[in-house]
Parts: sequence; C-alpha cells; structure tokens
Amino acid sequence: MRKQLMKGNEAIVRSAILAGCRAFYGYPITPASEIAEAAALYMPRAGGVFLQAESEVAAINMIYGAAGAGVRSMTASSGPGISLMQEGISYMAGAELPCVIADITRGGPGLGNIAAEQGDYHQVVKGGGHGNYRTIVLAPHSVQEMADLTALAFELADRYRNPVFVLADGFIGQMMEPVEFSQTAVEPRTPDYAVTGTKETRGNLIGSLHLDIDEMEAHQGRMEAKYRHAEEHETRAEEWRTADAEIVLTGYGIMGRILKAVAAEARADGLKIGVLRPITLFPFPKLHFQRLAKSARVFVVVEMSNGQMLEDVRLALNGARPVEFLSRVGGNVPSHGEVLEFVRKLARQSLPALHLEEECVANV
Amino acid sequence: MSSEMIAEYEVSHGKAKAFYERYERKDELQHQTHFCPGCGHGQTHKMLAKAIDELGIQNRTILVGPVGCGVFTYYYYDVGNISAAHGRATAVATGVKRSRPESIVIDYQGDGDLAAIGSAEILHAANRGEHITVIFVNNAIYSMTGGQLAPTTLLGQKTATSPEGRNAANEGYPLHVCELLATLEAPVYIERVGLGDNKQIMQAARAIKRAVENQVRGLGFSLIEVLSPCPTLFKMTPVEAQRWVRDVMEKTFPLGVFRDRTKEAQPRALPEAAPALDRIPQILGVANEDLPEGNPAVHDETAADLDLAVRVAGFGGQGVLLLGEVLAEAGLDAGLEVSWLPSYGPEMRSGTSNCHVRLATRVIDSPMVTNPDVLVAMNEPALRKFVKSVHAGGWILYNGEEFPADCEQPGVQVLACPFTEIADALGNARAGNMLMLGALLEMTGVLRDVNIDAALKRLVKNPRWTELNRRAIERGRELMRESRL
Repeated sequence: MRKQLMKGNEAIVRSAILAGCRAFYGYPITPASEIAEAAALYMPRAGGVFLQAESEVAAINMIYGAAGAGVRSMTASSGPGISLMQEGISYMAGAELPCVIADITRGGPGLGNIAAEQGDYHQVVKGGGHGNYRTIVLAPHSVQEMADLTALAFELADRYRNPVFVLADGFIGQMMEPVEFSQTAVEPRTPDYAVTGTKETRGNLIGSLHLDIDEMEAHQGRMEAKYRHAEEHETRAEEWRTADAEIVLTGYGIMGRILKAVAAEARADGLKIGVLRPITLFPFPKLHFQRLAKSARVFVVVEMSNGQMLEDVRLALNGARPVEFLSRVGGNVPSHGEVLEFVRKLARQSLPALHLEEECVANV
Repeated sequence: MSSEMIAEYEVSHGKAKAFYERYERKDELQHQTHFCPGCGHGQTHKMLAKAIDELGIQNRTILVGPVGCGVFTYYYYDVGNISAAHGRATAVATGVKRSRPESIVIDYQGDGDLAAIGSAEILHAANRGEHITVIFVNNAIYSMTGGQLAPTTLLGQKTATSPEGRNAANEGYPLHVCELLATLEAPVYIERVGLGDNKQIMQAARAIKRAVENQVRGLGFSLIEVLSPCPTLFKMTPVEAQRWVRDVMEKTFPLGVFRDRTKEAQPRALPEAAPALDRIPQILGVANEDLPEGNPAVHDETAADLDLAVRVAGFGGQGVLLLGEVLAEAGLDAGLEVSWLPSYGPEMRSGTSNCHVRLATRVIDSPMVTNPDVLVAMNEPALRKFVKSVHAGGWILYNGEEFPADCEQPGVQVLACPFTEIADALGNARAGNMLMLGALLEMTGVLRDVNIDAALKRLVKNPRWTELNRRAIERGRELMRESRL
C-alpha cells in the first residue's frame, strides 16, 4: 500500500466507501464540512447516495431510512449539529439500526467557536439523546486512524446494530498526514431485518415502540446485554511506555499525540512516565486503568474539556490512585510545554509524598 | 350459515389483501383496529390498502408511519414497515426511497406530525420532488395526545390548549399545506380531499390511488391531504363529526387539485448501475497503481535524525497553507514522516492564516508546532504573533525589507527580504510564498528538487504556475545563499 497526504476529514469518506457505505446525508458545519464535500464528490461515483439535508434533524432521519432499508450509511457534523441529531440517534439505537456518525468537535456550549475542543465527550460518550442506550465511540488520533477506525466503525455498527461514533477534534479532522487505504472494497450483506421493498422483507418492521412495559424492559435488557458484550470484546486503548511508569498520562485524540511528545521528553529527564490513550471511549478501557493502577502511582488526565473524561477515569480507578487533571478549553490546547511543566511539578512535589504515604501504609 | 349459502355470495368489497388477515402485532382485539368509531384514519387506511392491491405493489411497498393516531400502520398493513420519529417521516422516506428506488415508499402522517413538528421535512421533501407518496390526514386537532391545538385547528375552534378557541392573534391561522406546497416547482400532484360524505370519500379513494400510481410510474412527489373526522375529540357522534368536516372544516380548507403535472412529468430515469467493486479504490483515488512511488533520498546512516518543525503564518490569500502543503507533500515524496495542521474557518477567508508543518525521520508524535525551528512570517502581524515562539538556534524568514528591531530574539537567525516584491518582479506577487519556500529549503537542506517538483505537480494543477513557481523557489534559494555570504 502507498501513502498519500490527506486531511482526516477526507480520509473518513474514502474509508467509508471502501467499507461499503453507500449513503451519506449531512449538513455543512465547520470543522466537519470537508466530509460532506468529499461525500458529495465520491458517493455518487461509487453508486451511492449523497444529499445535503435541510437540517441535521432531517439528515439523521434520512440515515434512519437508509439504514432501515439495509444500506450502510453515515453522516458527519460537529457539536451543535450533533445536538440536533440526538433525537434521531436515540431512535436508531432504539430501533437497533446501525450507522456511523463522525463528530469533528468544536468549541461550545451554544454557538461557541470553531476551534478544536473536546466538549462533546458527554453528549457523545454518555448518549446525548433520551432513554437507556449507549453509542460505541472510537477516538482516532491520526489521519491513518481516521481511516482505520471509520472502517472498524462500520463493522461494529453492523455487529451491534447500533450507531457508532467516530469522535475526533477539529485538529484531527483538518490536519493532513500520510495515510494508506485498503485496496479491497467491501460489499456488505444486506441485513435480514432490513425493509427493502421485496416479498422476502415484507414482514420486517423497523421501529422502537414497545407499548407493553415488560416487552420494553426485555428489549432494553437485550440492548444492555449488547453493550456489556461490547465492553468485553471491543475495548481498545494504546499504551506507550507504561510498563514501568509511575506517572500515567491519559488523553484522547490530539491530546494523545501531545502526551506522547511530553512523555518522550520527560523520559529523557529520567521520569518514569507513560501514556494510556483510550481509543474506545465507550466502551471505556477500565481494565487498562485498573491494571496500570497496580504499578503506577498517579494518573494525569489531560483534556480539552472541563473534566468530562476525567469522570470515567475516576470511575475506572475507583480511588485506587490519585488522579490529577489539566485542561484548556475554548479552543486552547494544553501545549507540550504546559503539560511538561505540570508533570515536572507533579514529579517534584507529589511523587515523593506518594512514596511516603505508601511507606506509612506499609508500616502500619 | 351453511357453506352452500356462503357460496352464493360474491365478495365485492372485501378486506384488502394489503391488510393482515389478523392484526397479530396488536396486544389484544386482533380482529379490529385501534381507531375510534367514525375516525377518518380507518377509511383512509382502507382506501390506501385498496390502492396497493389494485396497483399490485404489495411486495414493493414500504410504509413509513408517523407518531400520532396513525402510529400503528404496521399493525395493519402487510407491507414493509418503518416507524418514524414524530415529524420525521418524510426524511425517513427520503432515505428509504433514495437507496431503494425500486420500492414504493408511502409516507403516512397526521396534521401535528406533518404540518407542525415536521413542517421543515415536508417542505424540503416536496421541494426536492422526492419520489414518494404522502398521505396527510388532517383532522384539525392533536388526537393521540388528547385534543390539543394543531396547526390546522380552525379559528375559534376549542381545543385542550386553546380553551377559549383558536385566536389568530395568539396562535396564528390554520396552515394550508396543499396551498403552501403548490407554490413549489417540484411536486407533480397535490390534492385535498374530504371524508365529509360518500361522494367525497369516492373522490378521496381515486385521489389516493392516483398519488400512489404516480410513484409507480416514476413521476415524482404526490401528496393527498385528507380532511378527516375525529368524533372523540370533536366531542361529536361519528355522523356529526363527518358533517362538521363537510360543512365547517371544508370552508377553511377547500377541496380540490392544487397541482397536477402528471401529464407533463417525465418518468424518472433509473439510476445508473453501480461500478464494479474492484473499481472503487480507483474511483476514490486511493489505488496503489495510481499513487506516485515517491523519490526517497538514499538513507544516510551517519546523518542525524531529521526533525524539522515549521510554522508558516501570514494573511489569508498569501499562500500560507499552500507553502506548508508543498513542504509536507515534498517531505512525503522524500519518504519522510510528515504532518500539516492548518488554522481553519473564517480566518481562511479574511485575516490571518497559519499552519504547522513537521518533517521527521521518526514517527511524529504531536503535529502541533508550538516552538518552531523555522518561522515563515509573511507579514508583520504574523511575525509579532509568533516571534517569541521560535527557539534559540532557530530561524525566522520574514517577508519585509527591514526586520523590526524589537522582534530580534537571542540566538535566532533572520532572513528579511521583500519576498512579495521580488516575486512581483519575477512575474506575480502571489509567488512570494514559493520564494520563501525556496529560502527555507536552502537553509534546511532537507529536500531535493525532485521532491519539490513532485509536490508541485500534485498540488498545482495550472501549468502556467509551474514554471513561475520553479523560478520563484530557485530565486528564494539564491537569496538565502546570498544572505549567508
């Protein structure tokens, strides 16, 4: 395979079409618009459908229709647009329809700004729509991962019959890096549940209405079992020099890249430091954190949001280790220098105290 | 009755085959519908089912159901069924029909669903001329939720949320969907029918069938609005409710054909066959055979690891992003790891623009360049914004005759030249970015001409620029060489 220089947003569309996606409905929004633009160009050439919808509300419901008709389909947006899609995402989860949604995040709340932020974590990872459901969330940190995780997203969406997010910040969407693509296009099987306008599928029903309360509970039970299964089988994270790390830095997307640069430099100073980068945000890589908690002394969460992933890290660690937090918002990024200074200070001040504390515990 | 006696009957108005024999998706009373006696939905359901039978399209039909009293379409219709969110049926139908153009997609909605919460979706589906059939049941009230004001509620009509009667000053006027949609170009057939008496019902049946048939013929968007009684919430007997539709409701919503272009409409061409699967990588421009091999430099074991971080900044329109792109593309051609990160959004169209470029022999951790080795400042504001970020031992290339004295940094070397003016003399001021690129290449020595040529070939499609860019880069190299003398 040969590499070419490409924006993350453009890589998503190529990878989606290679993965068999043949319907894209969307609405322009910075910094996600290149995805719709590339889909407008390539989807019809590949025999698929592209339509710029009248709103994100309509777009996600068009996706609902396409998915109900058994076609791999996707949309893309950013914070405010994702908020508008939440109704449709809940309906898709309820009707157990697959789709892929790319959220190329920007600053919020409200109109916010178009700079890269990670404030969509809650609305995407926790399921921002109504009712008991989850979405699987993949968080790429490079253009190559934009391609690879988009392909994976379609597989997972079909496997779990559930919406899957590709959650990337504006940097990952807008930046160009060398990327290589699969040379084989996939032709997915039309799923059995689809309504395709044939005699064989006439008995099929796509919907999420269950008036009978026990039936509704059973339906949710099946959905919940699906999510537990995903937690067991689909959790992904990257660990970088964590084996002997006393300090574990953690962050996703662009932060994962910055943290690796910081850790490399801090290692050169002699600090025992590593990076744990969640690749799936739901399911959250709890076990990775719990395993590292046995050897690491302190975890540092670095986010471009107000402590949204921090909550999941704390839940995963459940008090086993202290968790420090560093964040910049509004479009600012915790810089290499900022994080490095934070880590050095932590190493100077807190690590010795933590060692001491452990000795005290050992002496009791 | 004995079987002999049954044989004497010929069933002329039996249950449509498009209905299930028994409504097994219902919890109870599976032999009857959930509709109240005298409800217009029951009659509309029947007419639609009959049309599906008569057109012989049961297997092809996909019915998109609404939220409201019509929500249980899938209890009754033995066709493909999709249940949509409140107001979104036309969007769902759009998604279905576009991916399954051979299917017959029928969208069934009530007045709250279609004319209030789904008003954007119906307007745009009609405006695009989606090849779907819309059955719009208008009973002037929200029935499922217990009789609240609808967009089609008549002036003065009392509902649970207009207890004193609909007041135009507060709730506005009844919304005329057919008239509104008939202002659009795309729809081929729009008619309002009523269920006010038998004659009206006969016409309704004909109109519904035509609206479905139009789709079978591939003609385009058809919508039938059905004025329909809701005895329960009108608080009338079924007979009174039917009369009210005819005598009162029809005054606000006159019956008739608002659009009929079925004669002129051309049947839609079938979509072209999808390309073969093995052609997809080529179509997407990702096939290996179509990608350049690149011109990697022979690896020099003794050379130190390359890790170059560049920040390019200037006004939008100065070619800031392109400069960075050529650098990154040439780096890739040379077999290096590269990253290019732009500023984006409104600043691209006016004001300042900048990008981060990294070229390295090892995997690049962060694509963000906070402390560049080289700052390419294409104007003074850009210089002032980033000057302090350049680390000691780094370089600043400044587009200006004089380097501002207050911007000098210890340990940072500077090349200040009026690059834009020199480019202008060469042939075009816009080649100033390539001059600066040339100076940068000369100074760093990281890339060969063959890499730059390959990058320019990929990024600059207009041949007029190729020659000028080459000359500009060469001149930039010269300027750097001269400065070092």
